Amino acid sequence: MNAGWTATRAWLLMLPLLIVMLSVIGWPFFDTVRLSFTDARLVGTGGDFVGFANYERLFSSRAFRRAFLVTTQFAVVSVLVEVVLGVLVALLLYQNFRGRNVLRALLILPWALPTVVNALLWRLIYNPEYGALNALLVQIGLLDAYRSWLGDPNSALVALIVADAWKNFPLVALISLAALHAVPHDIKAAAIVDGAGALARFRFVILPYLAGPLMVALVLRTIEAFKVFDIIWIMTRGGPANSTRTLSILVYQEAFSFQRAGSGASLALIVTLAITVLAVVYVALIRKSAGAQF
Amino acid sequence: MHRSKNFLAAMLVSTAMAHPAIAETNLNALFMAQAAYSEADVRAMTDAFTAANPDIKVSLEFVPYEGLHDKTLLARGSGSGYDVVLFDVIWPAEFAENNVLLDVTDRITQEMKDGVLPGAWTTVEYNAKRYGMPWILDTKYLFYNMEILAQAGIAAPPTTWAELSEQAKAIKDQGILDHPIVWSWAQAEAAICDYTTLVSAHGGAFIVDGAPAFQTGGGLDALEYMVDSYNSGLTNPNSKEYLEEDVRRVFQNGEAAFALNWTYMYNLANDPNESRVVGKIGVAPAPGVAGKSAVSAVNGSMGLGITATSQNPDAAWNYITFMTSQPTQNAYARLSLPIWASSYDDPAVTAGQEDMIAAAKVGLAAMYPRPTTAGYQEMSATLQQAIQEALLGQASPADALAMAAEGGL
Repeated sequence: MNAGWTATRAWLLMLPLLIVMLSVIGWPFFDTVRLSFTDARLVGTGGDFVGFANYERLFSSRAFRRAFLVTTQFAVVSVLVEVVLGVLVALLLYQNFRGRNVLRALLILPWALPTVVNALLWRLIYNPEYGALNALLVQIGLLDAYRSWLGDPNSALVALIVADAWKNFPLVALISLAALHAVPHDIKAAAIVDGAGALARFRFVILPYLAGPLMVALVLRTIEAFKVFDIIWIMTRGGPANSTRTLSILVYQEAFSFQRAGSGASLALIVTLAITVLAVVYVALIRKSAGAQF
Repeated sequence: MHRSKNFLAAMLVSTAMAHPAIAETNLNALFMAQAAYSEADVRAMTDAFTAANPDIKVSLEFVPYEGLHDKTLLARGSGSGYDVVLFDVIWPAEFAENNVLLDVTDRITQEMKDGVLPGAWTTVEYNAKRYGMPWILDTKYLFYNMEILAQAGIAAPPTTWAELSEQAKAIKDQGILDHPIVWSWAQAEAAICDYTTLVSAHGGAFIVDGAPAFQTGGGLDALEYMVDSYNSGLTNPNSKEYLEEDVRRVFQNGEAAFALNWTYMYNLANDPNESRVVGKIGVAPAPGVAGKSAVSAVNGSMGLGITATSQNPDAAWNYITFMTSQPTQNAYARLSLPIWASSYDDPAVTAGQEDMIAAAKVGLAAMYPRPTTAGYQEMSATLQQAIQEALLGQASPADALAMAAEGGL
């Protein structure tokens, strides 16, 4: 068994997977690239080559700039909330107390809910006439009268972010919790003996162990949040006045509602490119932090 | 090798024997899950059809109205899917140009031509061809709560939109309701239907000589009316996130004096299991504008068509003929009124809903179309944004509509 045969065997074993991936990801991807340079319609014509016209039109359109901004706001804030909340909850559930295991099991619930169910649930909570949020805020005196949360452009995006963060923080919490269990007890004990306070212990003892797994969670969540479609489509359909229309919704409208497959493809590729850039940056950061640690 | 061949032969024989003696035809049909006929009604009608045609099996699928257009189009794009689809009056242009629906002009019998209300055919027509049968004949009516009107000392429902505002103001000023009017102004087609009703009242037009015309005249007056009503608090501010079902909920809870909605609300809001305003509901054609119109109405009808990709167009047409037949429609006239002219004088249909029928006779005759253009979806989306921007005060009605007319999203 020489090294050459090992490499060949590895490739041979991976070949079936490679073929499947090329056919289900590779071909549609290259076809999307081809489409993005045409004026193809969804139904009927294959379209003619139009060069960069689709891209030029998108970059100069108000809809694209606005959707890009909305998507970025949504992704940054929701991921930030999820990470902070996730780590705090993980620290809490790491403590030893009665009923901890029940709480840990319950934690998975929001994340296990289908997004559609979660979205409908939050729509009920935000309902302007009988929603639980209005009832709560009015009863504790924070709000004078029931108000519309999803119909107001100033609150709609925030309301969506809360709904999304509630569903997704458990993922971050679970990953963080697993990482916390990897922190050796003797180091923590040593830190306490050395007189480190809670904050210092978190910063210098626990955080280095959390950083790697947290970065993975951050990558996953950022990519997902940047692609967000379903929760917004169900709760606001991009409204009011397109104040919650994200890039994915714009792609859907462009390609499927308005039947401009070519332009939709170019928009989808821009979203893919943006996500790829984010992923590359994150992976580089993970390598760096892993290198520093080990 | 031999054994596997034998096994295969045995499999083939058993599969062949498992099939019934008559070749069974499978139809896939796509419907919507809200307003007009209920899901239960469509299932019951379909059961009656399959009972009469045991060799045809119909699989039903229901999606919200908001998903109906895209689902139909995507099924066409992938070259398979449905045999029969429910389509809205605004889609035949796009569906015809993209070969989504089969031209059924020659399948329509003389009996159908004679019996169906002339106005109903516009629902399925494009370029003098017919792409299905009209099925849901509908427009938006003005529903009012007679008890609240009486309490406010109002003798008769409004006949003009200005009068509607005055009456709503009286109700508001007397402290009976904070927001007497409720509409469906969510960023969706529902908002365009309300807007179109007002455009028809104000004598406006969407497109004149191929160019947008809604940004001036009646089109602008219509949006200004909406914004005034919204800003003055006469309109329920939550209207801007409401669809038709939300309007029904608010109205049947007695929280609105006036509501614009489709036929189906009349009998559902008179259902004691659903509603708190049973027996207090008045219905009239939507009002007009002095000097411009007596009443107003939007064509919100829908038709049933055969998809161009259907393998069983004949069976599909049988099914459509059954669903749109006068006996079927008369039997289910509680939530959606028939397309057949003589049904409106049939006591079996009119009994218990005389007011609704009276309003329908006037309203259906006044139905105003939304633009017939293959690019309707985009035009509608642009207008929805303009309407919401104006309501939210992000732009004046004139600016919002001017921007929409330029196509600048």
